[in-house]
Amino acid sequence: MIRFDNVSKRYDNGFEALSRINFTVEPGEMLFLTGHSGAGKSTLMKLIMQMERPSNGQIRVDGHDLNRMSSSQIPYYRRNIGVVFQNHQLLFDRTVFDNVALPLQIAGLPHQEIGRRVRAALDKVSLLEKERLNPIVLSGGEQQRVGIARAVVNKPTMLLADEPTGNLDPELSEEIMTLFRQFNEVGVTIMIASHDVELLKRMNKRILGLVEGKLVHDGVLW
Amino acid sequence: MKSKRPSVTGNRPTTRPSTGATRGASPTRRPMREPEPQPQRQQLGAVQSKLRFADKFDAYLAHHSTSAVDSLMRLLETPFQSLMTWLVIAIAVAIPAALYVGFANLQHLGENWEGSSQVSVFLRPETTNARAEEMRTRLEAREDIAKVVYVSPTQGLAEFKAQSGLGEVVDSLEKNPLPGTLLVTPHLQDGSDAAMTLLEQSLIADPAVADVRLDMQWVKRLQQLMILGKKMVFGLGGLLALGVLLVIGNTIRLAIENRRDEILVVKLVGGTDAYVARPFLYTGLWYGIGGGLLALVVLGIGFFWVSGTVDQLAALYQSNFRLQGLGMFGSMQMVLLAGLTGLLGAWIAVVRHLIQIQPR
Repeated sequence: MIRFDNVSKRYDNGFEALSRINFTVEPGEMLFLTGHSGAGKSTLMKLIMQMERPSNGQIRVDGHDLNRMSSSQIPYYRRNIGVVFQNHQLLFDRTVFDNVALPLQIAGLPHQEIGRRVRAALDKVSLLEKERLNPIVLSGGEQQRVGIARAVVNKPTMLLADEPTGNLDPELSEEIMTLFRQFNEVGVTIMIASHDVELLKRMNKRILGLVEGKLVHDGVLW
Repeated sequence: MKSKRPSVTGNRPTTRPSTGATRGASPTRRPMREPEPQPQRQQLGAVQSKLRFADKFDAYLAHHSTSAVDSLMRLLETPFQSLMTWLVIAIAVAIPAALYVGFANLQHLGENWEGSSQVSVFLRPETTNARAEEMRTRLEAREDIAKVVYVSPTQGLAEFKAQSGLGEVVDSLEKNPLPGTLLVTPHLQDGSDAAMTLLEQSLIADPAVADVRLDMQWVKRLQQLMILGKKMVFGLGGLLALGVLLVIGNTIRLAIENRRDEILVVKLVGGTDAYVARPFLYTGLWYGIGGGLLALVVLGIGFFWVSGTVDQLAALYQSNFRLQGLGMFGSMQMVLLAGLTGLLGAWIAVVRHLIQIQPR
């Protein structure tokens, strides 16, 4: 699903965020990405999202060679990847429903189909009754669930989450993880960046450990 | 996994909540990006893809109309600000348009005079009516002359008396000061200056002729002036259009900055540049069209304000000249042109600013 071959990323100011990263993720896998802030977790995610281009090496995602992708193809590529952010990135000028509907509107789905899928996704994260509210009145955990509904509404093959439980207490983050696990059970490839060690231990999944841009660990436990 | 599809897609909207679980749980099994096949279309591959294209096209049109409506609504949400921008554009559009209308009217006036192009041949005072009549027939026989009318001194005086309103003054004159006049209408193939001069020279050669006046000369000068004026109108119009471009470009740039977060999110979930740009391009179009319509109102008010005076003036000159406005077609052109200028301004802002906003 994802393959990194000798991937390095050096920024214009000379800072090397990632150096010579190699790993492969199989379809349907669920794994974690960990490391201190500045270790390169976000950069790695950005490379997969095509928000950054690697300085060196090759990245393949779902059969696409990312180096060969033109910038006009990127939007269509991104439609197959759901993203969840720590700060949700919700739009507060529209309802919960419209926030979740956004990826479908962009993809150009028919009106009724959008309504059905949005409600299905909101039902999945147990927020169906709040579809008409503005997300600003929701709690942090609820906002994060809206973000997740938006990430999965377009039925992506892959879900990327950058510190999805960063601001949440353990109980809420457990809820979020349960959601991710359920998506994973139906075949979605899931990659979660987190530095929450307790969470990593509890989940007991494959972990990629980054230290100063180098991949120092790849396996189930530390 | 295949058996699951019909149950998922076949659900009627009334059973929505129950679909939720199945639906949310089944996002992954399909190849990327392929929208869910609809059960009744499944057997007909070709038809299905056609219909799906139709669906996408519908969605594309729908986004155009929602972008158009939403951007207009956004403008109306801040009526005062929008009105200011519209007024600026309206003024920039109305000034060259008003000048254009003015020159078009002058040109129209000039054309009327050109149609009555005449050469006045003033005869010496001692010339008798008989001699003048003889000259008239002789001249009319010439090929380069279409028509000659003889106005005797008595006729001329009577006409002057009737038209000038100076009847009593004329009556008090001891003798008729007016010479006999031949009004010659030339019949020239090319109507060039050289041909006119030739005709003039041959007319003045006659010993009975005192003077020859070409009534055309000043009309020609007026036409040259009007060509110059029109060029200036276009130049001014171009400068003001540039001003409109800058105003709209800057307004759109601010709008883009205000919606930066939204643009970032849309791009992250797969919005193309065209998708992101669309509402802003419509905003530019609305600014332009609104400004154009307002300019039409400004011009209309100005027209009614001036046309009464012009009518009175025309009446004094015994002319049935009437001021002409832009007309239906011209008005539409003006609004369209303003709209296109707005669109272009927005497009420039979009290219310069929107494309640069990339998720980081």
